[in-house]
Amino acid sequence: MISPRVLARLAAEAIALAAVPLVAGNDYYVNLGSQVLIAAIFAMSLNILVGYGGMTSLGHAAYLGVSAYATAWLAQRMGMGPLAAGACALAITTLLAAFYGVLALRASGLGFLMITLALGQILWGLAYRWVAVTGGDNGLSGLARPAPFGWDLGSATAFYYFSLAVFGIAFAAIGLFVGSPFGASLKGARDQPRRMRALGYNVWLIRWISFVVSGFWGGVAGLLYVYYNNFISPHALSLTQSAEALLMVIAGGPATLLGPLVGAALVIVMKNVVSAYVERWTLLLGAVFVAIVIFLPDGLVPGAQRLWARWASRRGKGGR
Amino acid sequence: MTAALSIADLRKSFGGLPATDGVSMEIAAGERRLIIGPNGAGKTTLFNLISGDLRADSGSVRLFGEEVGHLRPDQRAQRGLARTYQIITLFPRNTIAENVILAMLGLTPSRWQPLLPLARRRDLRERAREVLARVGLEAVADRPLAAASYGEKRRAEIAMALAQDPRLLLLDEPLAGLSMEERKSVQALLEAIPRDVTIVMIEHDTDAALAFAERITVLHYGTVIVEGTRAEVVAHPRTREVYLGA
Repeated sequence: MISPRVLARLAAEAIALAAVPLVAGNDYYVNLGSQVLIAAIFAMSLNILVGYGGMTSLGHAAYLGVSAYATAWLAQRMGMGPLAAGACALAITTLLAAFYGVLALRASGLGFLMITLALGQILWGLAYRWVAVTGGDNGLSGLARPAPFGWDLGSATAFYYFSLAVFGIAFAAIGLFVGSPFGASLKGARDQPRRMRALGYNVWLIRWISFVVSGFWGGVAGLLYVYYNNFISPHALSLTQSAEALLMVIAGGPATLLGPLVGAALVIVMKNVVSAYVERWTLLLGAVFVAIVIFLPDGLVPGAQRLWARWASRRGKGGR
Repeated sequence: MTAALSIADLRKSFGGLPATDGVSMEIAAGERRLIIGPNGAGKTTLFNLISGDLRADSGSVRLFGEEVGHLRPDQRAQRGLARTYQIITLFPRNTIAENVILAMLGLTPSRWQPLLPLARRRDLRERAREVLARVGLEAVADRPLAAASYGEKRRAEIAMALAQDPRLLLLDEPLAGLSMEERKSVQALLEAIPRDVTIVMIEHDTDAALAFAERITVLHYGTVIVEGTRAEVVAHPRTREVYLGA
């Protein structure tokens, strides 16, 4: 059961996110909001693996990229409608995650990290070299934004609200997933895999299912990504893309629902806004991450919650 | 009557060094069996082979008549095997009650349920409290495990094993590190376990363990050197030579 306090907090967060286009002033900031939401869905999907499953992946861009490429290719080359192309792209991405999961879960820890990195790099290389399908360096462009149920997503505001709706669904679904008995099994497999086996849990299968679910939501982020940009290039599959998502999770707070959104906002704002004013913004981004790791090692969201609790307890004592 | 546990010629080597060297034993249903031996005798390796944490190089492990040597640990747990570990292996981010709930959930199909909140499973919480009451931890059920004392963690381990409703329970040094008072209460707790649960225990506290067990197996360098009733084993010269001292 969700407590009234959590419900009130979620409502406040939803209202704040819904108000972005109203207070943004111009399309630039609304588009920035859409980018944050897409990145947040992508980071949330990775958080299932990293935060809740303890499986650090450096190949997660594979799902975002494959979903985006598949959507663009099916829509443009096969003439499919956006809904059919999106559904097929998600099915392809989920199958890919199922296959990659079988390979990657042969190892754990550093081995898992290296396998996911290698699998991601294979797809990135394929996107560059398989010019007939992917367009190589030039990528695939010219994809028009869809109009689901007559809702034209052409404008910045409409696309923002569409992304927000998808984000809301992803947030609720992933929240339910990690709070369910299966989610408890996943966290148990992260903390004490040996004990979990002795308790009757098939740890490999729990991890594999989570890997597939994580890939599915990565694919959902890919759908939004390709329709936001109307373009897809090998960059979407790059190591940078995977590493950025990992930084979002770590900065925001692994194994928290809100952490990936906060981490995504931090990275996207630094990339797009701060870079306009600070030439060496990557240096600044690096410094921010170092500061987070030193002062809030469990991430911004848990760190802020801890500081708030400490402040509230001091205030309570002072008031007595 | 089918034995609860039947082991035949079980062998396991690490880098050519045999840790379990042809161990055979038969444990009757409902029996309390103690396994003793000096450090390095292969006691914990034997437990790991029975539970499936390690795969044997050769030999057979039969659980209630069924060959389980080829099964994974989770499959053996599903067949009624539960165990505790020498080094406490619990879930430090959870409360004591949540640890027990995880143990109960492991044997039910609802562990695969991905959409209903676990917090709504009031039945599990109530059953966890009942199990914790059996081991005297009901009052601290909601305490984070990280804040629990060593004695409470040991009891929580036993509570988790009991929550699995096992047919065969392997206890690896359940009294280790406990104060005199805690030992007594854990001993009483073990004695209260009903007879439909077969218990195999490794324990170095010989006074407590000998009082508990009906039959005793002495391991030395991975082989069974003596096996018999309490009186037979204590009187055996080999037991005195390698374990109890002169």
